[in-house]
Amino acid sequence: MREIIEISVNEVKPGRDDILKTQGIPTGRKPSEKVEMLLRKATELFIEFSQPRGILSEISIPQFLVVYGGEGLNEKPTPLDKIFRKADNLALFALTMGEKITEKINQLFKVNEFALGSMLDSAASVASDQAADWLEGIFFNRLSKRGEITPSTGILRYGPGYCGWHISGQKKLFEFLHPEDVGIFLLDSFLMKPLKSISGVMVFGEKKIHIFEDSYPFCSKCETHSCRDRIRMLLKESRSNHKKGAI
Amino acid sequence: MDILKEILGRLQQGDDEMVLVLTRQAIEQKIPPKEILDKALIGGMNIIGERYKACEIFLPEVLLAAKAMYAGMDLLKPMFIQEGIPTRGKVILGSVQGDLHDIGKNLVGIMLRGAGFEVMDLGNNVPPEKFVEMAQKENAPIIGMSALLTTTMPVMKRTVELLKEEGVGGRIKTIIGGAPVTEEFAQQIGADAYGYDSTHAVECVKRLIKKA
Repeated sequence: MREIIEISVNEVKPGRDDILKTQGIPTGRKPSEKVEMLLRKATELFIEFSQPRGILSEISIPQFLVVYGGEGLNEKPTPLDKIFRKADNLALFALTMGEKITEKINQLFKVNEFALGSMLDSAASVASDQAADWLEGIFFNRLSKRGEITPSTGILRYGPGYCGWHISGQKKLFEFLHPEDVGIFLLDSFLMKPLKSISGVMVFGEKKIHIFEDSYPFCSKCETHSCRDRIRMLLKESRSNHKKGAI
Repeated sequence: MDILKEILGRLQQGDDEMVLVLTRQAIEQKIPPKEILDKALIGGMNIIGERYKACEIFLPEVLLAAKAMYAGMDLLKPMFIQEGIPTRGKVILGSVQGDLHDIGKNLVGIMLRGAGFEVMDLGNNVPPEKFVEMAQKENAPIIGMSALLTTTMPVMKRTVELLKEEGVGGRIKTIIGGAPVTEEFAQQIGADAYGYDSTHAVECVKRLIKKA
């Protein structure tokens, strides 16, 4: 089922600590009053200018095989290539914070409000991730209603451009999902417009299918190795207390 | 207190309003604009850069200081033009064709201006021909390119090649940066430098300017 989802701004309003972390300020470090003021202002602007929307569509494994195959440029092997084949359910998704927030960020930089522009940019990035969590919650809810959730199952997201899935995979993903319907467009460089947009696949199945080592050749180029935390979180997660999404 | 020291202090606090007022006063006191720029504004930004590198302050404080620097700089700029005072050098900057990400490139531009360079920001989605054309037209010794996508990195390579084809590869230096860009990639394509963040990019440009 394909569903367009209007996301409430308040549901994805970014948290203070997450924004500060994106600004390079370590957790626990008390920011100056000026920085606190910027943070408050950026949060206000985020609420005013963001227009979060998303789209979610379940997809079968054979269909996803075509999407994942993309333009034939993926690394071989990749963790996702092994994982999705063992999944119980898959859903493609795309979401955006809208064009207005990017325009506002650009405008702030033009008038030398660099710190505020940068803070708003961080807020929008954090919110994009939270919106993805929200969509994941909706997918979880659907599965839950169908009685598919068990304590040993879980969802993790993967996206083109990460973990060996070549960014050109966006092309097939867009052909299947049509995120244009929520105002997300794909450029020739496979960049999404508006900039604050995320796309990918949600993979639902036994939690253990997601466990992999970050020892693939392309992992050495990865700066974040965020897969470690994501897998750790998934294994710890209680399904009755799944992310904060639409439960 | 020495007014230049006062500007230097206010700039570090990110107090753009006071930097503006004090710079105006310094001009009225007939302090040479070059001295105001070097000792107070660039001097202040140098301290900010060092403190940022030492993790004493973070990005928001750097950007607040940059705004304060610009406030003073805007007053001085017409005087520099009038008196024909040269900048430390001109840098052509842009995000490469196919890339619409601006923030990283903007931060580099802010830090370069803070270090006294003249920056011509071509924005995003800039084709190789535009980089080369503008560098030649503006007699700029440095081109800075940013890419946030692996798919747009080949544009950097094409720009370096185009400089060579135009016979200006030695004279016009290139610096590249952006999340997927590496030192190794810079060497592969023959770029002159790789800046891993905005402060490092400034150090690289200073080094390249000496060679140019």
